[in-house]
Amino acid sequence: MSDHATTQMKYGAKAKTLKSYMTGLTLSLIFTFSAFAVIGKHLLSVPASYITITALAVAQLFAQVICFLRMNVSREGNWNTMPFIFTFIVVGVLVGGSLWIMYNLDVNMM
Amino acid sequence: MTLQQFFFGKLSWASIPFDNHIVMGAGGVMGLVALFVMGAITVKGKWKYLWTDWLTSIDHKKIGIMYLILAGVMLLRGFSDAIMMRLQQSMAVGKDLGYLPPPHFDQIFTAHGVIMIFFVAMPLMFGLMNMAIPLQIGARDVAFPYLNSLSLWLTVVGAMLVNISLVVGKFAATGWLAYPPLSGIIYSPGVGVDYYIWALQISGVGSLLSGINFMVTILKMRCPGMTMMKMPVFAWAGLCAMILVALAFPIFTATLAMLFLDRFMGMHFFTAGHGGNAMMYINLIWAWGHPEVYILILPAFGIFSEVVATFSKKKLFGYTSMVYATIAITFLSFIVWLHHFFTMGSGANVNAFFGIATMIIAIPTGVKIFNWLFTMYRGRVTMSVPMLWTVGFISTFAIGGMTGVLMSLPPVDFQLHNSVFLVAHFHNVIIGGVVFGYFAGVTYWFPKIFGFTLNEKWGRRSFWCWLTGFYVAFMPLYALGLMGMTRRLDHYNAGLGWHPLLITAACGAGIIGLGVACQVIQLWVSIRDREANRDLTGDAWINGRTTEWSIPSPAPFYNFAVIPTVHERDEFWDMKEKNRMNPNIQLQSHYEPIHMPRNTATGFVIAIFSGIFGFGMVWHIYWMIGMGLIGIVATIMARTFNKNIDYYVTSEEIMKTERERAGRQKSSSVAIKNGTEELVLT
Amino acid sequence: MTSTTLDHHHDHQAHSDSIDVFGFWIYIMTDCVLFATLFAAFAVLHVDNAAGPTLKQIIHLPYVLGETMFLLASSFTYGLAMLGVYKQSRARAVFWLIVTFCLGLSFVVMEVREFMHLYADGNSWHISAALSSFFTLVGTHGTHVSFGLIWMALMIGQLLKYGTSPSVNRRLTYLGLFWHFLDIVWIFVFTIVYLMGVI
Repeated sequence: MSDHATTQMKYGAKAKTLKSYMTGLTLSLIFTFSAFAVIGKHLLSVPASYITITALAVAQLFAQVICFLRMNVSREGNWNTMPFIFTFIVVGVLVGGSLWIMYNLDVNMM
Repeated sequence: MTLQQFFFGKLSWASIPFDNHIVMGAGGVMGLVALFVMGAITVKGKWKYLWTDWLTSIDHKKIGIMYLILAGVMLLRGFSDAIMMRLQQSMAVGKDLGYLPPPHFDQIFTAHGVIMIFFVAMPLMFGLMNMAIPLQIGARDVAFPYLNSLSLWLTVVGAMLVNISLVVGKFAATGWLAYPPLSGIIYSPGVGVDYYIWALQISGVGSLLSGINFMVTILKMRCPGMTMMKMPVFAWAGLCAMILVALAFPIFTATLAMLFLDRFMGMHFFTAGHGGNAMMYINLIWAWGHPEVYILILPAFGIFSEVVATFSKKKLFGYTSMVYATIAITFLSFIVWLHHFFTMGSGANVNAFFGIATMIIAIPTGVKIFNWLFTMYRGRVTMSVPMLWTVGFISTFAIGGMTGVLMSLPPVDFQLHNSVFLVAHFHNVIIGGVVFGYFAGVTYWFPKIFGFTLNEKWGRRSFWCWLTGFYVAFMPLYALGLMGMTRRLDHYNAGLGWHPLLITAACGAGIIGLGVACQVIQLWVSIRDREANRDLTGDAWINGRTTEWSIPSPAPFYNFAVIPTVHERDEFWDMKEKNRMNPNIQLQSHYEPIHMPRNTATGFVIAIFSGIFGFGMVWHIYWMIGMGLIGIVATIMARTFNKNIDYYVTSEEIMKTERERAGRQKSSSVAIKNGTEELVLT
Repeated sequence: MTSTTLDHHHDHQAHSDSIDVFGFWIYIMTDCVLFATLFAAFAVLHVDNAAGPTLKQIIHLPYVLGETMFLLASSFTYGLAMLGVYKQSRARAVFWLIVTFCLGLSFVVMEVREFMHLYADGNSWHISAALSSFFTLVGTHGTHVSFGLIWMALMIGQLLKYGTSPSVNRRLTYLGLFWHFLDIVWIFVFTIVYLMGVI
């Protein structure tokens, strides 16, 4: 039925376009190759390597979330962005807290 | 592999402890009750009705009722465990070893904890949320009705696995959180911990799905005009609890999965060797476990808010601060989990951080208590049964909360950790908070769902027995904890001065037992007298404030003939004050067709296959595992090809239903005797 | 009755769709927490290699780069499939879904080969906590991808049978969220497990 056309579903994401997917792919490729290069070719010192590849991973996360998933901070989009932020916080607390706790336990008890 | 191993895995006749009289007796009772129930259904010819109207129902009200039935049945089993433990501890002093051998005692305290938390408290919560939330927010059902049914049946299957473990094999003997290395394959080689893992993984999926379901329902399906800050407080409490479910339960799932991998595939996450770290399990399980207890208590707090406002005939004091306090508790509950293992050895800095965070979380709770008290102050308070449970809660929970704050100081906790002081604390807050709250909720919403009120007299009796019994059972435990008694002891030395206190505690458990008996009698008497106690107006407590009281009792299957438009908090109270027409009671000239989901067996069937899968995993019966998995996947796939999943209730049908209901009310209005309060029929 | 009901139904459908997708998004958030728990376990245990090899000794970065390219490409081609759906082009959607499926399958095959090699060399999960957490984290991701592939095959079937109907569109949206999410998790897997494992 033509008037019942399936356009993009409205669920708070921005419109998906070829441009957004190409941008996402390009950025992801750049970030991925950079990270592999930093480690594979030993381009940086150890602490700098950790920081750099973490930053690259987070950057690629944003690239994909914004370009592929089309998350945004509009009124409709916040329905999706808020749970994402809260989950992020809980994940941070869980992983960070666990590392802190387990490190201290390791020092004292092992 | 022999043929026997292929068909039965590790299962054999030796798995059934025929020589254990207690187990056989308990199993026999369960079997007889099951037979009796099935016989009654057969005699009354109700199998088809059971299938079409209940097992395949996706109506949130029916699902809520079934959750409550599950909770009630499992309460009897969990409570029997409690009585057995109290009896053992009141006897087993000095030379007397009591009647329960240690391995059996260990299974009992494990089962008691697992059943009470996962198969009584959680189902009570989901049951009440199912019954009340859609009605409170003006919705016709939850966001995902078929998943709702699936959640229920997955929980039932989990409970059945625990029940089967009583007779076929053993249950875990590790405590309700199954710490490794004790719960690992070397120290618990039997099937007990496997039953534990699969019962909780299966019901855990159900809980997680419900968490998502209610979160979406509350956020996205409120009726027009009901902004977030006009929602009833119970809906806020439910929303926050569901956020906790969604974010905490995956931790539990992953952690139990790692324990399973250790046991089943020889991995080394938590083993005492090969690099494993059992402390990591304790860390992760409590990262879930602490939010879990807030999941249980927040809806109870919500119920108290509703009950206090209704029976003080006064709007809730400090709605905004109540909402913010609930949100604060939700955030904070993710940063206190280490207080469950101060003594494990993280050191002063870590302990200090989590101790302080724990103290801070007491503050929003205190705000809530003051708000309830201020609501009652200068209200015209009716001490109905829900109000009794609420007043009982305020005093009892306050004590329990204070002992919690006491233990939030690491130095104090070092003395009290794993003593019965701790046991008294958490029973104090769980019974005083969670249980009293859910009992209040059941009494409060019962007339909306069933159409008649519960018997007041037996309700009061059960309350007083529970309140008295609780104090008599648990106050001695505080003293015993300070005297040095450790938890989970099946026997202790004479001359410590513990014995008299433990006898007192056993008496307290007995008094609670009387309370439970009163509740069973209350149910029977209420059903017997239901015609005399019919709620004819929908406003069962006369002073209802929120939207669920604006529809008839029992609620029609579509909930609202006309979806309400909300202008205020406590919309229904406002409607009554301003004498606005109530389109759900007043017959309308025309009704719009209503879009409803069809009943489906999918949830039930998936759950059955999950049970088969779980049982197969426990006993290593590989064909059962395969059949279970294939069945689950096939049923899900089949559902996606089913196009016939919803329908429209026609205007004529709605008109007919509403006319019948109005006719019933009209004819009964003649027979209403003048009570002590005015009954206003809109 | 007809046009108003249709409009009403259309609005109802749109509202219902946004509710449904929101629910699926919340499920994705819960899956994030599940992976976070496995990451936490990995972070704590990956140094505890007991008598077995360290991660550095068993990782081959070029191989992982290859896997990453397959998965990233599949995330992109899924987007192309969705663009086909929005243009009502069943053929385009099916084509790109099949391409996505093949790319995803290549990823899974590479991962299974990696696991089989490790097992055959005696470096299985029985050896140490480090290997247990490695296999579990990477394997859980791989299992998710495999479920996604089964789902994708089902959706290709539904597309062929029902065309780009609203319910097929909705399910493809769910699968899209799932598939993109898995590529995002993989970013962290290759960074934390493989790249950091080799530093």
